[in-house]
Amino acid sequence: MEQFFTQLTNGLAVGGIYALIALGYTMVYGVLKLINFAHGDLFTIGAYLGLTLLASLGLTGNVGTAGGIFFLVLMVMGLVGVIGILLDRAAYKPLRTSPRLSAVVSALGASIVFSNTIMLVYGPSPRVYPQGLLPTHVFYVFGLPVPIMRIIILATSLVLMIGLYLFIQKTRTGTAIRAAAIDQGAARLMGINVDRVIMLVFFIGPALGGAAGVMVGLHYGQINFTMGWIYGLKAFTAAILGGIGNIPGAMVGGLLLGVIESMGAAYISNAWKDAIAFFVLILILIIRPTGLLGERVAEKI
Amino acid sequence: MILDVRNLQVKYGNVKVLHGINLAVKPGEIVCVLGANGAGKSTTLNTICGLVRPSSGEILFDGKPIQRLTAFKIVEQKITQAPEGRRVFGTLTVQENLDLGAFTSKNRDRVQKSLKWIFELFPRLAERRSQLAGTLSGGEQQMLAIGRALMSNPRLLLLDEPSLGLAPVLARQIFKTIREINESGVTVILVEQNARIALKLAHRGYVMELGKIVMEDTASALLENPDVVQAYLGGAGA
Repeated sequence: MEQFFTQLTNGLAVGGIYALIALGYTMVYGVLKLINFAHGDLFTIGAYLGLTLLASLGLTGNVGTAGGIFFLVLMVMGLVGVIGILLDRAAYKPLRTSPRLSAVVSALGASIVFSNTIMLVYGPSPRVYPQGLLPTHVFYVFGLPVPIMRIIILATSLVLMIGLYLFIQKTRTGTAIRAAAIDQGAARLMGINVDRVIMLVFFIGPALGGAAGVMVGLHYGQINFTMGWIYGLKAFTAAILGGIGNIPGAMVGGLLLGVIESMGAAYISNAWKDAIAFFVLILILIIRPTGLLGERVAEKI
Repeated sequence: MILDVRNLQVKYGNVKVLHGINLAVKPGEIVCVLGANGAGKSTTLNTICGLVRPSSGEILFDGKPIQRLTAFKIVEQKITQAPEGRRVFGTLTVQENLDLGAFTSKNRDRVQKSLKWIFELFPRLAERRSQLAGTLSGGEQQMLAIGRALMSNPRLLLLDEPSLGLAPVLARQIFKTIREINESGVTVILVEQNARIALKLAHRGYVMELGKIVMEDTASALLENPDVVQAYLGGAGA
């Protein structure tokens, strides 16, 4: 029972991280029908920027633990969001009217540029988040131990996801994003500035990915410049699992994948953790190619 | 003239699709544009709306050139389009579709008034306002497409094939409503394959062939013009 509970909370924490990254894939795919292969590296940049800010500003010392993490995540989100917009400007916008494959190649190129830049700046060996600055308190829920960092991570990702969901569903701008994802031409006819929608999507997606990067640093303590690859792949799996282009789908897919993976690691084999995740991807593609929440409303002619 | 299109040329890549269109619309008119598939009717509307950039020529709205404005700026000028194939946002509700139609409108009272009017024109939409647009019938989707285009209180409404794929009785109903919309002061440009019903509704008409305007006259004259009858009204006396 204790192991199950530990794996569940751990799976939800990791799943929340997957979900945040998956949102970036799914939002960009929704509007541009492009898989942003550089997204995993934006996540890595978030982790490294988080490390730099945490170490240099001494945030947790000045405003307390919770406040420190809050400001840290917020700053990283802003920075990575801006990098996301620049990425779009440099790598994708010039190719907007080109065949889709060109943008995919450009995305792979951008990914290589990003990961190598990180390596040049921070060095090729793994870096460690300063554990002394972070809280290590352990909560007991029904007598079962839960480290406070795990709670903070899960809470942060849930708050970000709920915030995004409300923004997309309830606001005028959110509705404009949904409209542009369905039919860009028709969205233009409504008076929506689609270029601005795309820019916004390239801010929000990377910002959430950057936040996820910080949380991986806080959760595992160690980061390296290639980690964007495997996290990106897992999050991409999560996005497909939930239905690519579908925002609640990415959230559900991420949390589900995190839990499945962590249960698999505990009860089947830790070494098979990644294989289990991709096995889920294959199953979904066979049984329900549109994903769990992927819908297709027939168009009437 | 509310709209004055002068020598408009459009190219898709190297292929010229509009070879110098001249078209003028007076305030309060219904002008219909007839022509076969590929004549350039939809391209003309999309160029007026800013979705397609002209390679040369001018589009004057109230005397001001608008051919360099982006699509969302043109909506702010009070020109809207109900596009071919309706293009409603299928996974959004009817209400959300209508709200998007008012995306550029700042005045909430004005938007409420438009909404009330649209629900009077199309009571069916009021009944289905919380339903997903993709689940509506073809006729209802066309009502939604027109209603959505009216939400921003346009002065010029462009309608691209509003009867496409509709049963004749539904088409007649849509055309009756278009007349009502026009009588309330909205100028209309109507692109139609269904030439007879369009000419009966319109004040004037243009005939397009292969990217050129080949004829221009009052609607009643076009209805009796033997060439038009032969080409678009299904032969003599039909």
